[in-house]
Amino acid sequence: MSDAATQTTRLADLANPTRFLDLSGKVLPWLGAIALIVTAIGLAMGFAAPEDYQQGSTVRIMYIHVPFAWISMMCYMVMAVAALGTLVWKHPLADVSLKAAAPIGAVFTALALATGSIWGRPMWGTWWVWDGRLTSVFVLFLMYLGLIALTRALDDPARSARAAAIVTLVGVINIPIIKFSVEWWNTLHQPASVMRLDGPTIHSSLLWPLLISALGFSLLFFTFHIMAMRAEIWRRRVSVMRRMMAKRADRDAAT
Amino acid sequence: MNHALFVTAAYVVSALALLGLGAWILLDQRARQKEMADLEAAGVKRRSERKARRDAAS
Repeated sequence: MSDAATQTTRLADLANPTRFLDLSGKVLPWLGAIALIVTAIGLAMGFAAPEDYQQGSTVRIMYIHVPFAWISMMCYMVMAVAALGTLVWKHPLADVSLKAAAPIGAVFTALALATGSIWGRPMWGTWWVWDGRLTSVFVLFLMYLGLIALTRALDDPARSARAAAIVTLVGVINIPIIKFSVEWWNTLHQPASVMRLDGPTIHSSLLWPLLISALGFSLLFFTFHIMAMRAEIWRRRVSVMRRMMAKRADRDAAT
Repeated sequence: MNHALFVTAAYVVSALALLGLGAWILLDQRARQKEMADLEAAGVKRRSERKARRDAAS
């Protein structure tokens, strides 16, 4: 077999839900353990790092707030790729991935908003302002809620998959708005200090704990996402089996 | 107000939310697996399983 053909077979293998269940079952315990260890190391480093000369100890909220905010956007991009998978390649796991990611994205976005609010109270003197950054992230949270409702509205997953994929792709416009909101509009929120073209402006003693926590929380996100995908595959199998049982009961009644 | 209180509140809220999310997913997995086991015990097989069995038998 040619290399290209082998490649296609391998991709097709991953597209097979049974194969996905086998593989993810083996990987998950390791992924979960590594996620917890890396997160613990990152947060411990954060608490060992010096306090900010202006913000004092509240800078420690950064080690959770910033990863949550990054993951809230990363999750949406994972869902956007899944949406393409549904619309373009009709990948059988793409819709499972989109549906499973939505509630996890909603929780991480809610946490980014909540921890930001708790940080804003002592630093800005207010829990909330309706400025560009906070409002656009709030809109992201509402979009997650909408997608959760949409992916669960119809009994037949094949029908809701297309609708959810299209809505997800339209919503991608919000991601650059969130990213550049702090530059386009007047806001209490600080501008980017890590993801900048000219490099991070945070001192390395605070930057490293932040990056390691972010890696840990990202691994935790993928652990949750794969777990939720497995539950969703099982949910779909149960509904197929129930339908078959009903058909069999019909046949038995007819004879 | 005391800054430590805000830091603690942020970490406690996050820990509770993430633990809750993990527990919810685990319970969902358990419930779906139990449903599958019950259906299999009632003799329902998925088409691919029946085919696999036929292939193995032939």
